[in-house]
Amino acid sequence: MTVQLKRPSSLRHFVTPVAVVAVLAVVFAWVATLDLDSIEARTLNAGYLIDRTREHLVLTVVSSALVAVLAIPTAVLAHRVRSRVVRAIVVTLGNIGQATPAVGVVILLAIVWQTGFTTALVSLVAYCFLPVLRNTLTGLEQVDAATREAARGMGMTPNQVLWRIELPLASPVILAGLRTALVFSVGVATIATFINAGGLGDMIVNGLKLQRFSVLLVGAVLVAAIAVLIDWAAGLVEDRVRPRGL
Amino acid sequence: MSEPTAGVGIELSDVTKRYPGQKTGAVENFSLKVEPGELLMFVGPSGCGKTTTMKMINRIIEPTSGSITIDGEDVLSLNPDELRRHIGYVIQQIGLFPHMTIAENIGTVPKLLGWSKSRIAERVDELLRTVALDPAVFAKRYPKQLSGGQQQRVGVARALAADPPVMLMDEPFGATDPITRLRLQEEFRRLQADIGKTIIFVTHDFDEAVRLGDRIAVLSERSRIEQCDTPANILAAPANDYVAGFIGRGAGLMRLALIPIGEVSLEAPSAESPALGVDGSLRDALDLLVLTGAERVNVTDAGGAVAGSLTHAGISAALGASRSPAGSAS
Repeated sequence: MTVQLKRPSSLRHFVTPVAVVAVLAVVFAWVATLDLDSIEARTLNAGYLIDRTREHLVLTVVSSALVAVLAIPTAVLAHRVRSRVVRAIVVTLGNIGQATPAVGVVILLAIVWQTGFTTALVSLVAYCFLPVLRNTLTGLEQVDAATREAARGMGMTPNQVLWRIELPLASPVILAGLRTALVFSVGVATIATFINAGGLGDMIVNGLKLQRFSVLLVGAVLVAAIAVLIDWAAGLVEDRVRPRGL
Repeated sequence: MSEPTAGVGIELSDVTKRYPGQKTGAVENFSLKVEPGELLMFVGPSGCGKTTTMKMINRIIEPTSGSITIDGEDVLSLNPDELRRHIGYVIQQIGLFPHMTIAENIGTVPKLLGWSKSRIAERVDELLRTVALDPAVFAKRYPKQLSGGQQQRVGVARALAADPPVMLMDEPFGATDPITRLRLQEEFRRLQADIGKTIIFVTHDFDEAVRLGDRIAVLSERSRIEQCDTPANILAAPANDYVAGFIGRGAGLMRLALIPIGEVSLEAPSAESPALGVDGSLRDALDLLVLTGAERVNVTDAGGAVAGSLTHAGISAALGASRSPAGSAS
C-alpha cells in the first residue's frame, strides 16, 4: 500500500491570476472610453494609481510581517507555559483587537497619538493579530501527543522538540493564519486614508465624496484584485513550504 | 556490522510515584533488579502502574522518591535529555515523525549525538535491513506511506539507532492486528537473540509475555510485584490467585509451547505416524496429534532421520516433569 504524496496540480494556480487580469483589463478598457473631467484625470492616471497601490501594499505587507513576528512567538510562549490562564488572557487580548472596529481604533489612535503611516500600521497589526495567534496555538496543540512523547523520549530538549517537531508540524495551520491576516489587512488598509496614511482608500473615499463613480470603482476593484492576488500568492507559498509527508 | 553494545543491569529500589492531590501512589516502593541482557516483561491490567514504572527509568515521569540505576549509575543525577539519548524507547502509538522520511526518523538520535552524515546513512541502511525493510525502497518514504506493521518495525529500528544498551518498550505491538503482531514478536525475538539488549517490555497480554520474556513480573495495583520469575515457573507454579487469574485458562498449553521437543525423552518410532521436526515445541507435537488423530507422532532430527516418537501420555509426562523446575532465574 502506498499513499501518493502529490502536490496540487499547477493548472489551478493559473486560474486566479488570469481571472484578475481579465477583470482589470475590462475595467481599464471601460475607463479609457470615458471623458475624464479634471478631478477624475488627476486620479485616474498611471502615476497616481501606482503610488496608491504601492502605499497599500506596503501597509499590508509590513503589518502582516509584524503580525508574524509578534503573534507567532507570543503563541509559542503561551503554548509553552501550558497555563490555561495565560492562554485565556492572550486569546482574549487577540479577540479584543479583532472585535474592536478597525475604523474606531485608527481614529482613536490618531486622536491620542498622531496621524500617518505608523498609526495605521499599529491598528492593522492589532486587527490582524488574532488569526495568526489562534492558528499558531491550534497548530501547536494538535501535534499528536505520541509524536511529542517519542521526541522527548529520544532525548530532544524542549527547544529541539519545538523547532524540529512542533513548528514544522504546525506550519500548515500557522501559514493559513498568516494568509488570513494578509487578506484581512488588504481590506482594512483602506481605512488608512482617514488618518492621512494613503493607500487605495483615498480613491474610494474621494470617489464617494466627489460623486466620481469611475474613481470609486477603480479603487474598489484594485483593492479586491490585490486581496485575491495576495491570497493566491500565499496559497502558492503554502503549497511549496508545507512539509512533505503530511 | 559492528558488534552491538551489550545490555547492562538496571536496578530500581523503593521507587515511588505519587501525583499531587492523591492519597495513594501510582507506584509504591517498587524494587527490582534487571540482569544485563535480560528481556523482562511487565504484565498487568490497565492502570496498574506498569507503564508509569517503566517511564520513570528514562524520566519521562519523574519518580517522587527511590533510586534507579543503570549500569550502576544513578539516572536521577544525570541530565534527562542526555540520559534518554542512550535508552531506546518504543511506544504503542509508535510516534514516528510524519514530516520526516523513514531514514530521517531512524537517524534522529544519531543526529542528536552529532554523528557524521555518512555514518548516520550507513547505520540507517544497516538497521532497515535488520528489521527486514529494503533500504532502497523505504529510506526515502514517509511514515504515512507505510503499513502499521512496517511503521512499528521502523519504530524499533529508530530506538536501536544509537545502539543503546537499554531499551524500554511500551506495548510496542499492541496496536497491530493479530497476524502482524505474531510476526513482529517472532522477528523481535530473533533480533533480541542477536543484540542482547537489556529490555523492559510492558504488555497486558500474558501470551505475549510468555512468548518473549526471559522473566515476567506480574504486577497488580500500584505496580505491586505479585510474582517475578521465568515464564515456565510462573505457569507451573503461580504464586497466588491473582497470578493464576491473570494467566487464565490454557496454562498447560502455554507451558507446552515453552518445552522444546529436543528436551524430552522419546519413545521408539512407529512406521505409519505423522512426523515433525525436533526443533518444534511440545505444543506443536500435541497440535499434530489432535489434528491427525494419530496415536503417536514421529520426531525427525535436523537431518530428517526419524529419532523417536511422542504420544499423548509422553507429552503429559514431560509437562509433569517440568513442574519442579531445576533452577529459577531470579
